[in-house]
Amino acid sequence: MLANIFGTSPVQPLEKHCDIAYQCSKQLNDFFAAVVDGDWERAAGCRDRIEALEHEADDLKKEIRLHLPKSLFMPVPREDLLQLLLVQDKMANRAKDVSGLVLGRRMHIPEPIAADFLEFVRRNVDAAKQARKSVRELDELFTSGFRGAEVSLVESLIEELDRIESDTDDRQAALRAGLFRIESGLDPVTVIFLYRVIELTGEIADMAERVGRRLELLLSH
Amino acid sequence: MEAEILYIALAAIFGLFMAWGIGANDVANAMATSVGSRALTIKQAILVAAVFEFLGAVLAGGAVTSTIRKGIVDADLLSDTPELLVYGMLASLLAAGTWLLVASRNGWPVSTTHSIVGAIVGFAAVGIGVDAVQWGQVGTIVMSWVVSPLTAGFIAFLIFASVQRLILSQPDPLERARRYVPVYMFLAAFTITLVTILKGLKHVGLEIDLTNSYLLAIAIAFVVAVIGKFAIARIKPDPKAEKKQHFYTVERVFGVLMIVTACSMAFAHGSNDVANAIGPLAAVISVAQSGVIGAQSAVPVWVLVVGGGGIVVGLATYGRHVIATVGEKITQLTPSRGFAAELAAATTIVIASGTGIPISTTHTLVGAVLGVGLARGIEAIDLRVVGRIFVSWAVTIPAGAFLAIVFFFVFRTILP
Repeated sequence: MLANIFGTSPVQPLEKHCDIAYQCSKQLNDFFAAVVDGDWERAAGCRDRIEALEHEADDLKKEIRLHLPKSLFMPVPREDLLQLLLVQDKMANRAKDVSGLVLGRRMHIPEPIAADFLEFVRRNVDAAKQARKSVRELDELFTSGFRGAEVSLVESLIEELDRIESDTDDRQAALRAGLFRIESGLDPVTVIFLYRVIELTGEIADMAERVGRRLELLLSH
Repeated sequence: MEAEILYIALAAIFGLFMAWGIGANDVANAMATSVGSRALTIKQAILVAAVFEFLGAVLAGGAVTSTIRKGIVDADLLSDTPELLVYGMLASLLAAGTWLLVASRNGWPVSTTHSIVGAIVGFAAVGIGVDAVQWGQVGTIVMSWVVSPLTAGFIAFLIFASVQRLILSQPDPLERARRYVPVYMFLAAFTITLVTILKGLKHVGLEIDLTNSYLLAIAIAFVVAVIGKFAIARIKPDPKAEKKQHFYTVERVFGVLMIVTACSMAFAHGSNDVANAIGPLAAVISVAQSGVIGAQSAVPVWVLVVGGGGIVVGLATYGRHVIATVGEKITQLTPSRGFAAELAAATTIVIASGTGIPISTTHTLVGAVLGVGLARGIEAIDLRVVGRIFVSWAVTIPAGAFLAIVFFFVFRTILP
């Protein structure tokens, strides 16, 4: 009977969920490499993995929500944890959206911006990775009671996350400028969608940054 | 004379059954915390529980036993009809035992203490008369049921907040833990032994004066702390496990501390809960032997031994399974949390035992866990379940009372 007063802890599942969301966005590296090579079969394979991982993240998200009833008493507000879960999930969602769009329209990344674009994708994945690294500290934060040395550690991880995110912003601007220089030679519809692809990809780092913001909110309690 | 032997035999059977039930079910709540946090294996937990439940029952169980035996029913009213007290105490034991059996079959969280006190008050008020109940004393007991979880919660909050400040939030938690954990051990051992020496031992016939009591408690606590320090020094960091979880080694250091608090908890539990089984037995024995209600005589030590023994048998036959089951579910209570909850609960319970107040071990422990939670120590506590546990005591009292009244009238009709 004493045992039943402990609700299901959301900490490990949240870390797991962030890991899946990162794994999902990480597939974009392979996916776009295949796209640049024009290998649609390989790209479709990557896309399948992305979809499977996104599903997995979705299922885990539902599971976590199911085990977080309002009657739970936790060191941090339930709402903040649910918000964190939501932005983690969006990293996976964006990976799915952008890969679906590119595969569906069989879009080529124009040769002059291809290398920069791949680097841009890689930095977005880096942001997701850094978000995962920060979220992995959740259990230590709970153990240390959200104070002291562990808080400083997480703060420095989030600072690094912010640096990566602003790097992706710079690259996104450069990439757009690059696309603008060559856009007159391309099919207008394709150009519109290329801008869209750049934007969606960049949102992965934005979501990663929001993971950092949510973690910061937890620290400030 | 034959009737007397029958009374004692019945009371002994019912009392042993209660003690067995306490050992089988109740002890699990006291020990599962240590098993769940892997500070102790099941076998070690059984051993610790057996030794310290027994010691607690025999060394410090006297005061609460006296309260159950003669603090609730006004003995003066019964000097002409002492057999009524015998019927009533037998009925109370049977009622509490039956209710606990029904409750644990259905998985309801009920307290042994609440059912036995409810039963005694019930038979006395209805079977004998409302005046037969010492309402002042009963009021104190009921108040303590509110106060004890609050006190334990408050102490647990302070202990855990100090652990966070001194150890967990520091850049070098392992070094800090090595330094401070022996201090907590000293405090745990000191409090428990001091209260026992000051309040409990006189029931065993040992009288130690105040200065020597303090010196003895300090000496015992010092020995415990030194042994603990050596045990802690032998713990080497495990870099592989540490990589997965920073606080792995720190928690292992707290695990050593938890062995001490587990002993304290078992001791505290034995000292308070043995009375639920043998308080009525002691009352029956004293009436049956002397024919009058011996309000003066102390609780015989052999009765305490019987109660302690019954608890150990219950623990050995059935309790291990319950401990294993409950332990598996309490993984959130890592040693750094578990020790704070156990130490706070054990301290509260031992003080209550010394003062002779029967309180619920489980409720006190729940209060302590909530205290750790308020200090932001526990990942998730389900408040609905906590509410259900505290509501259950309101249900248990009338249930115990009702059954005791029924059994009382049955016994009065059929027993000689």
